[in-house]
Amino acid sequence: MASLKDLRMKIVSVKSTRKITSAMKMVAASKLRRAQTAAEAARPFAERMERMLGTLAASLAGQSGAPKMLTGTGADKVHLLVAVTADRGLCGGFNSTIVRATKLMAADLLKQGKVVKILPVGRKAREQLKRDYGQYMIEGFEQLGRKGIVFAEADQVACHIAAMFEAEEFDVCTVIYNRFKSAIAQELTRQQLIPFPLPAQAAKADVGAKATYEFEPDEETILAEILPRNLATQMFRSLLESQASEQAARMTAMDNATRNAGDMINALAIKYNRSRQAQITKELIEIISGAEAL
Amino acid sequence: MAEKIQFELVSPAKLLVSSPVDMVVVPGSEGDFGALVLHSPMITTVRPGVIVVHDGGKISSSTFVAGGFAEVNEERITVLAEEAIPVGDLTQEMAAVRKKLAKEARDDAKTDREKSNAERLTLIAEAMAEAISGAKH
Repeated sequence: MASLKDLRMKIVSVKSTRKITSAMKMVAASKLRRAQTAAEAARPFAERMERMLGTLAASLAGQSGAPKMLTGTGADKVHLLVAVTADRGLCGGFNSTIVRATKLMAADLLKQGKVVKILPVGRKAREQLKRDYGQYMIEGFEQLGRKGIVFAEADQVACHIAAMFEAEEFDVCTVIYNRFKSAIAQELTRQQLIPFPLPAQAAKADVGAKATYEFEPDEETILAEILPRNLATQMFRSLLESQASEQAARMTAMDNATRNAGDMINALAIKYNRSRQAQITKELIEIISGAEAL
Repeated sequence: MAEKIQFELVSPAKLLVSSPVDMVVVPGSEGDFGALVLHSPMITTVRPGVIVVHDGGKISSSTFVAGGFAEVNEERITVLAEEAIPVGDLTQEMAAVRKKLAKEARDDAKTDREKSNAERLTLIAEAMAEAISGAKH
């Protein structure tokens, strides 16, 4: 049995762990609020961009010469998977969900005889995918959004992807990230970026309007400009959603850890008290039996 | 003028402006245009420049944008801008920094892509300087 001193030290150590996890929970909670506001504030831009794109695509529908970024290369051979995770751990299943989904998808694609490339965003994606899928990995991005995500960072990622696409290094691009649903639920999302699938609703709604829109300079030019922007916008959105989800996941995980530490301290305290009592009883018995023997 | 046009200025980070105004003058890529209510529907690219909002017979605000897209229809005008700064907040230093960055990008540019990007930066820097001098007059 552990000695009293061992027990005391263990209690102290669990107590300080609890302090750390509870502090991390607070930090995550306040960061979550900020990340959530940022993610919500970014929605109007993405929505309007989608609407505009829907109008453009509807008016171009059926015409040849639409940019490849919208229609695809026609091939379905090389897949680029963008796995968006956090740079840091201690956030429950947040990172491993993404990693698991990426592995599944990669394995599936490989089985179909496709070529897979993985672009990790976030340190954890690179570290956890390195062992099994290291040979498919290309250089990724880390340390994004240390002080909140800014659009320039998303743009940087998007530019990299666009450059790769232009160099015909892949045919289909899918981004895998956690969508923020609520503080306790994150939803794993696979979103195809290239070729960009148009929201069915937007395409339908604009069928009637397409004849009446004028385009300056013309559809092709605008599309050629708007598609890379759209790529950046979608990337920006997934980064923001991922950031909010990360904080939410960390908050939940740290809340659990704090509670577990509390339970552990209670259990240890009972054990400590019991063994202290046992020792006192033992000493008393020793004294009494010693006195009786005289 | 009885009716107003709904003006929306959106940056990737947030919805900056959403209010009914009399007229908006936007620097379109094919030339500046003013959008009033009942404007015919159109979509255009926006070059770096200043968006001027007219309301109640005077200029109510002017905002510098570093390019983007505009969608106009009968009741509203939506401008998607990657960067939008009120002209009053622009400073000479900001323009100088931009100019320097643009120059560096131009000097470093090797591929076509980098060149076109540098050109874009240069245009933005020039438009910014112009916006500042325009605000002073």
